[in-house]
Amino acid sequence: MSQAFNAVEQQARLEERAAMALGYARRAGADACEVGASVDQGVGVSVRLGETENVELSRDQSIAVTVYVGQRKGNASSSDASDASIRAVVDKAISIARYTGEDPAAGLAPAELMATDLPELDLHHPWALSVDEAVELALRCESAGREQSGITNSEGASLSSSEVVTVYANSHGFIGSKRGTRHSLSCLLIAGSGDGMQRDHDFTTARRAEDLASPESVGISAAERTLRRLGGQRPQTGRLPVLFAPEMARGLVGNLLNSIAGGALYRESSFLCDALGETLFPTWFTLGEQPREIGGLASAAFDADGVATRDNVFIDRGRLASYMLSAYSARRLGLESTGNAGGAHNVRIEAPTESLDTLMQRMGTGILVTEMMGQGLNPVTGDYSRGAAGFWVENGQISHPVEEFTVAGNLREMFAGLQGVGSDIDRRGSIQTGSWLIDTMTIAGQ
Amino acid sequence: MTDLSDDMLKQASTLLLAPGGLDVQSLDAGLGHAMGRGIDYADLFFQRTWHEMWVLEDGEVKDASYSIDGGVGVRSLSGEKTGFAYSSQISQDALLDTGRTASGIARSGERHPPSPIQVATATARYRGVDPLDGLSAEEKIAMLKEADRVARAADPAVTQVSASLTGVHEVVLVCASDGTLAADIRPLVRFNVNVIVARDGKRERGSAGGGGRYSMSRLRDEGVAERHAREAVRQALVNLDAVAAPAGQMPVVLANGWPGILLHEAVGHGLEGDFNRKGSSSFAGRLGERVAAKGVTVVDDATLDERRGSLSIDDEGTPGQYTPLIEDGILTGYMQDKLNARLMGMQPTGNARRESYAHVTMPRMTNTYMLGGQEDPEAILKSVKRGLYAVSFGGGQVDITSGKFVFSASEAYLIEDGKITAPVKGATLIGNGPEAMSQVSMIGNDMALDSGIGICGKEGQGVPVGVGQPTLKLDEITVGGTQS
Repeated sequence: MSQAFNAVEQQARLEERAAMALGYARRAGADACEVGASVDQGVGVSVRLGETENVELSRDQSIAVTVYVGQRKGNASSSDASDASIRAVVDKAISIARYTGEDPAAGLAPAELMATDLPELDLHHPWALSVDEAVELALRCESAGREQSGITNSEGASLSSSEVVTVYANSHGFIGSKRGTRHSLSCLLIAGSGDGMQRDHDFTTARRAEDLASPESVGISAAERTLRRLGGQRPQTGRLPVLFAPEMARGLVGNLLNSIAGGALYRESSFLCDALGETLFPTWFTLGEQPREIGGLASAAFDADGVATRDNVFIDRGRLASYMLSAYSARRLGLESTGNAGGAHNVRIEAPTESLDTLMQRMGTGILVTEMMGQGLNPVTGDYSRGAAGFWVENGQISHPVEEFTVAGNLREMFAGLQGVGSDIDRRGSIQTGSWLIDTMTIAGQ
Repeated sequence: MTDLSDDMLKQASTLLLAPGGLDVQSLDAGLGHAMGRGIDYADLFFQRTWHEMWVLEDGEVKDASYSIDGGVGVRSLSGEKTGFAYSSQISQDALLDTGRTASGIARSGERHPPSPIQVATATARYRGVDPLDGLSAEEKIAMLKEADRVARAADPAVTQVSASLTGVHEVVLVCASDGTLAADIRPLVRFNVNVIVARDGKRERGSAGGGGRYSMSRLRDEGVAERHAREAVRQALVNLDAVAAPAGQMPVVLANGWPGILLHEAVGHGLEGDFNRKGSSSFAGRLGERVAAKGVTVVDDATLDERRGSLSIDDEGTPGQYTPLIEDGILTGYMQDKLNARLMGMQPTGNARRESYAHVTMPRMTNTYMLGGQEDPEAILKSVKRGLYAVSFGGGQVDITSGKFVFSASEAYLIEDGKITAPVKGATLIGNGPEAMSQVSMIGNDMALDSGIGICGKEGQGVPVGVGQPTLKLDEITVGGTQS
């Protein structure tokens, strides 16, 4: 946008900075070293009640160095990538490594796992638009929402566009870099007044500006989502089937992934320790990742260890087929890296899907959950109890909005009790899923 | 504590401005760039942080990290509009670039010259020390190993111990067009212990921690490693024996101290100036009205000595203050930064905070707590026939528009016939802020602040905060367990 930013030049500059850090670390006495560097730049505008509210221009940079001296490790980082700063960062990391204890699992990922093919994943699509144009789009979005009858106030609409360049290099000689863009538009509206006030929002996000939903459709959808919450009641306490809308089902997938991540496993902080090979889901359910998808929101050819990413299947026909491991957590567990240092990339579900209406018909009477609050998950036991809002469903039809209740259960039982997955897939994130119908959970209301 | 001295300003100027060839006098030019046409207020926020973390796992300190960050954030205001830009370089060129960018929010109107600079007078709430310097690397490692040893010796069920020691040395300097010039050196340290216990095929966790705005040496001198290690193991063992929490409405007794997180969520956020100016808070327009039961007095207090949420000056250079929010159940005040105070015709209350120079300022809480009452905590428990006693919480969240809040207990018990009985797990409390405050029927005489572990998130920005309260009884609140 209006700040000069040449991503290709930045990529070359960061690669050179990373190489300089590696060279200096070797001379300073490190046996092995890895460097992560990034620079991003962005513009964010927000409007409220038809007026510009905020215009923010950002540019951030960081360079982080990890050194290994024998089996000892030290980390240091800075926002300054000058020669003097990099030397100071490396020296600091080495001085830390003098004090840390020996760790047999410490070290770079095995050299033979480094990504060798780095395909063009088509992730970088800068958006040439001025601050004025950005404001104009946000204004169109908010105004389309505020025109809907019943909208009484607004927290505004925001548009942001950013470019990020990241580099990872290590002393095996691996150097990988990528550049990407992300553009988003969101709108948050208020309906009702006094004690009956409600808010909700909607958003669109994409790597290419042309893949964004229209500003008007985002504003109108935010208004509809807000208006449908008015007059919410508290449901009766009891046991009921629960249908999680796609954004909420994404959270359940996130809970699953956190529980099969190596760090949680070797710390015994997961309810899925020692669950490899167990059947956790119905046999029609498969879940995996496709990291090298062209243009994907989370696409990457190498992970945070430089290890080549690959298509992984974590849940294979209901069975926990693979953990999600970095080089370090793999060593701790006596396994091999799965190319998941830094997390999963483009998580997809393979399962027969049904329309939301069909899922509601199958549910009969129960609750459709469209929002959750709080952090009520104990990852060690899988016990789950979170605040929620949504809709009471009676005989397969939405009856009225419900709020101020909790849904509780245990993730292991919830996964086993999965009855169906919706075709209403939300494509706005790294994890893409439709709605999830869970057979029964405890509702605490009045 | 003593006055914030000129010495503080000199130190900050040396650390922040001098390396880029700037001094206090040269900031006028920087402000000039940010005070373009139509701009009625601008500020420059210089910051540098040194952050250190040492982590113990499996009995060894295997990982430690150190980071340095710094830069300048420039903000220009025009009516309700904010222009914001920042740079990780502190130099005359960076001030020109960021100032012009920020002031681009308005392009017409009068040019207002900045007011003459006056050094802010404020009382120091903590000493301007470098907290990382307080202990040697060997001493830091010894503290972490001590926590590991104590936790493992405390019970054979302990299978995992992790402990961390973190410290931040933060130096800030604020210069604003209203004449404000202020500097602060803010130490912040924290020690944390997490344990996993396993017995008979069941596994549970426990955690404890604390800290404040002082040197790391204080953590060692006060023996926090041993104290938090014992506390984490105790909590984990309680949870190992816990039964499923009940579901439904019932009386709830909240212990003193950290359960004040309820106030932070249920009341605090809804009283931040920005939400009230915009009319999006369920407390908007209700000054002078009853919003809580009689006897309930809630304050935000940045002036407590060396507390995690304390501030000598806020991030706009306004001195930290003691701000009554609710007095005897009546709403009497909001928490304000300069922008929202001006637009609402009120005074700033020293609540302007930002995560860093790269984030824009918002009204935020500091240390928020409820004052103590008359009741004996024992008598409060005795008054409950069947209910829940919540001692510690994991985290919470609020929807400030509908007033709905949620938070999850990490240690809770059943109350049966006035006595604490079985520990319960998975208890989540859900309610509506103003409604819950009207349910307060007994207020204990045991007001306590938390141990110094709170981080508050708002619009993606995290800042350290404190909470506190006496033992409290809420007559009826929804508990979200699994036993219906």
